Amino acid sequence: MTRLSGGLIDRSQTLRFTFDGKSYTGHPGDTLASALLANDVRLMGRSFKYHRPRGVFTAGSEEPNALVELRTGARQEPNTRATMAELFDGLSANSQNRVGSLNFDLLAVNDLASPFFAAGFYYKTFMWPRAFWEKLYEPMIRRAAGLGSLSMQADPDAYDKGFLHCDLLVIGGGAAGLAAALTAARSGAQVILADEDFRLGGRLLSESHSLNDAPATDWIAALEAEFASLPNLRVMRRTTVFGTFDHGIYGAVERVSDHLAAPFAAVRQTLWRITAKRAILAAGATERHIPFANNDRPGIMLAGAMRSYANRFAASPADRVAIFTNNDDGHRTALDLAAKGVEIAGVIDSRAGVRALGQYPVFAGAMVSDAKGRLGLTRLQVTRDGQSHWLDCGALGIAGGWNPNVHLASHHRGRPVWDETLLSFVPGQDGPPVMSVAGAAAGKGSTHAALTSGAEAALAALSELGRTATLPDLPRAEDAPINQQAFWHVPGKGRAWVDFQNDVTVKDIKLAHQENMRPVEHLKRWTTLGMATDQGKTANVTALAVMAELTGKSIPETGTTIFRPPYTGVALSVLGGGDTGKHFRPTRLTPTHDWAKAQGAVFVEVGQWMRAQYFPRAGETTWRETVDREVLATRAGVGLCDVTTLGKVDVQGADAGEFLNRLYANAMASLKVGMVRYGLMLREDGHAYDDGTCARLAEDHYVVTTTTAQAGPVYRHMEYARQCLWPELDVQLISTTDAWAQISVAGPNARALLERIVDGFDLSNTAFPFMACTELTVCKGLRARLFRISFSGELAYEIAVPARYGNALMAQMIEVGADLGATPYGTEALGVLRIEKGHAAGNELNGQTTAQMLGMGKMVSTKKDAIGAVMSRREGLSAERRILVGLMPVDASQPVVAGSHLFAPDAEQKTETDLGWITSACFSPHVGSGIGLGFLADGTARIGQEIIAANPLQGQSVRLRVVSPHFVDPEGGRLRD
Amino acid sequence: MLIPHPLLGLRDAQEFTYLGDAALLNRPDGMAEGAAEAFNDYVYLRDNPAGVHRELWFHEQGDRSWLIVTRNTVTHEILGAELARDVALAAKGGAQ
Repeated sequence: MTRLSGGLIDRSQTLRFTFDGKSYTGHPGDTLASALLANDVRLMGRSFKYHRPRGVFTAGSEEPNALVELRTGARQEPNTRATMAELFDGLSANSQNRVGSLNFDLLAVNDLASPFFAAGFYYKTFMWPRAFWEKLYEPMIRRAAGLGSLSMQADPDAYDKGFLHCDLLVIGGGAAGLAAALTAARSGAQVILADEDFRLGGRLLSESHSLNDAPATDWIAALEAEFASLPNLRVMRRTTVFGTFDHGIYGAVERVSDHLAAPFAAVRQTLWRITAKRAILAAGATERHIPFANNDRPGIMLAGAMRSYANRFAASPADRVAIFTNNDDGHRTALDLAAKGVEIAGVIDSRAGVRALGQYPVFAGAMVSDAKGRLGLTRLQVTRDGQSHWLDCGALGIAGGWNPNVHLASHHRGRPVWDETLLSFVPGQDGPPVMSVAGAAAGKGSTHAALTSGAEAALAALSELGRTATLPDLPRAEDAPINQQAFWHVPGKGRAWVDFQNDVTVKDIKLAHQENMRPVEHLKRWTTLGMATDQGKTANVTALAVMAELTGKSIPETGTTIFRPPYTGVALSVLGGGDTGKHFRPTRLTPTHDWAKAQGAVFVEVGQWMRAQYFPRAGETTWRETVDREVLATRAGVGLCDVTTLGKVDVQGADAGEFLNRLYANAMASLKVGMVRYGLMLREDGHAYDDGTCARLAEDHYVVTTTTAQAGPVYRHMEYARQCLWPELDVQLISTTDAWAQISVAGPNARALLERIVDGFDLSNTAFPFMACTELTVCKGLRARLFRISFSGELAYEIAVPARYGNALMAQMIEVGADLGATPYGTEALGVLRIEKGHAAGNELNGQTTAQMLGMGKMVSTKKDAIGAVMSRREGLSAERRILVGLMPVDASQPVVAGSHLFAPDAEQKTETDLGWITSACFSPHVGSGIGLGFLADGTARIGQEIIAANPLQGQSVRLRVVSPHFVDPEGGRLRD
Repeated sequence: MLIPHPLLGLRDAQEFTYLGDAALLNRPDGMAEGAAEAFNDYVYLRDNPAGVHRELWFHEQGDRSWLIVTRNTVTHEILGAELARDVALAAKGGAQ
């Protein structure tokens, strides 16, 4: 058994779990990786390209090899690091990226074909025949080279987002982070301490060192008790700070329920956005390895990880282990494992003349040059002075020195700098100005240095915030020197892996060098080194050192790549927070929504709005049947439609008229009180922007409308004009879109219907003519606004009441208008009515059209300055020949399809002969065929002629006749009567 | 990013809508001689500095103020924010 004594696991409880269908047990405090090692499982996965058998390599978030599919069904999560998966009862995991069993992976044949998969292979091989790339090679490579698989089911769990603010954010709960948090929290500052682990302590949990001559866990326990008493300190375990953003904002993911069996009582994960005045990065360091031939055998891992497994998790990958080191730290692992009763086969130390620190064999001035054991390490080849021999062992710990975790200090382009004493990159001076770095992340790796630098960093940060704090009594701790030799890789012929997750070897780096991909950024992209999900945490610096050796440059001359968020992988689900499905964006309901729903309306999303699309009646079998009925009922009697979604802006002030004059292309200041005018807005570049109506309720009071889609942008644009362009004008704006329910009342019986609800108001044509507006009361005292405007071409009004009365007003009008044929209609009929009348809408106002194209060129006043007026007159726009026309099929049974392009009947159909396109189309029950609106070159002159509508996507070509865009009542008599 | 709103203090940039170069405040007179050339410059020719830039932001999910924010486009450091209305008024007062 490789379960050792001691450790920070709770042996009073046993947890059952399965891996690849086989059952095992572990204890609370275990990770999946530690529990597997304790059950003698060394083989945990297959590699990315070559399908090489792989075991766990680290004990932390930097893990490149032990990636599994965790859980089953919809919760199956691929590429989960076994080192970060806390064990729970019932956990189920499967190995991934294999065909067949983990022990016998059919795609291991890729390993034999490895010469084809060398650096940059996808740029060089599989190039011929060309068509094979998309159809054969790429799918094959994607199948073979890959990570875990997705469940292809919707994520069943809940996620959340939260916002936190603090004076000081401490990232990392190891020695340095704990000292920093303690110092700052005692001063009364608002402090957040975030750590990715489920237990505070960082490396302290993995070491046998004492603090104040007692186990480190005693000191941590006392600290945690004090932390619990400090309300100004928030300790966030299982929380990874994954990114540094602008102005002291940090992204963090808290894994709230990932350590529990599903289903979860709470959310699974929470995305935190933390705004901190100052931050201390105490993210520790990641150990590096020393590449040698076949260094990826299961059982070979980082020496510090081996120590973590032994001291914290009471697990060893084997009963007999060896250590390969270039520094004193490797010997610590030998001592700690020996103390736990693990046999030490030997410490292979690259430094000549070193001696053992305990009872174990040392091979000084030696190196490991090869390894045997395909599914698990059995033997190592040790080479010294050209002489080799084989050493039996089941596991190897590699100690190649430590790389500070500089990532979060690099997210703002901060360049790490090389420290020749530490032989590693440390954060430079150009990191985020509100962040300081402490502990091993700053290259201060001894426990004493980490504790001291953490506390001092906190003092400095607090002092910058104008707070005084005192240095706490820190425990006595080890302060051993590093004693490291710059020894980066073992030369030799076999493949020596540098980046395990992306299967990049020393040979690949040599090839990149040979092919002149020498700058670090090229090296990275050519070999894909560091581009896997682990971002090369265990690989990058080693690769740079190899490249430096090949180019004969120093490591600082070779340079380093920097890092981007996220520090470790972040699930898309948590980035979405709860904003999925119907919560993806807000839903706005119209004031008559409940009434429409009770009528059985079918709704359609229009931006954020839900609008009634049509109101089917019993016996109607198609939507067209319903829409045709609604259109005809409106033209024959009276139709009612909720048009609240059109934007409404209240414009008040002595200069309101002048302001609107400058905003609209046509004149608005001359509009008489009590009248409405159609208004066209241009963009400053001269194109049409939006249209609507301006109603003048008083000398200093207008109400203007916008299209539904542009309500927000137009309001923003109006505020821009008011505040930025003409602040001297006396004018105020407010959006009243949601304040007023507005209902269109259209059709020959519209006046008769309204006469039944107004409180004695004279609606006769002389008293209230076309384009009149007024404030009045309806239904015995309800204040309302009435506008005599028409979108349908019929006698029509729009009536507005305070939004809360919208539902009641609609119900009332339908009731009192029953004998007049009052019929509710939805957005489909609204569209048909306006196309029949030839009114432009969103399809025609798409940002590419001009007033001239819309047939409104003359509306752009030359007597005044208005936004877009000058640019609308420039040559390119004024020479535009395409103009809005109506279109009808020559053969009434043929469809009119929006998006079709228009060509002369005898013309070859190509870009040069394209005469325009169809913008809107529908079936018109009034005309009795399909009809359309479109922009057609010299359209007015072509009225009466035939034209071809080409729809090559569907192989359609339909003969159309060009007509006036006004299919209904072209003289406009109906709306004026 | 955090924007120091002159009336409301530090506000999250997500509350704002971005427009662009604050030179948009200097809109030419459309009735003046040479308006066509002046508008061509105004609409299409903008500076795109790597460094300090004055730009327009709209506090859309806030108090609906247009702000002129001075920002370093390289470091994202924000050097200040003013109400665009105040700046525009001062410019017009200076011109009179």
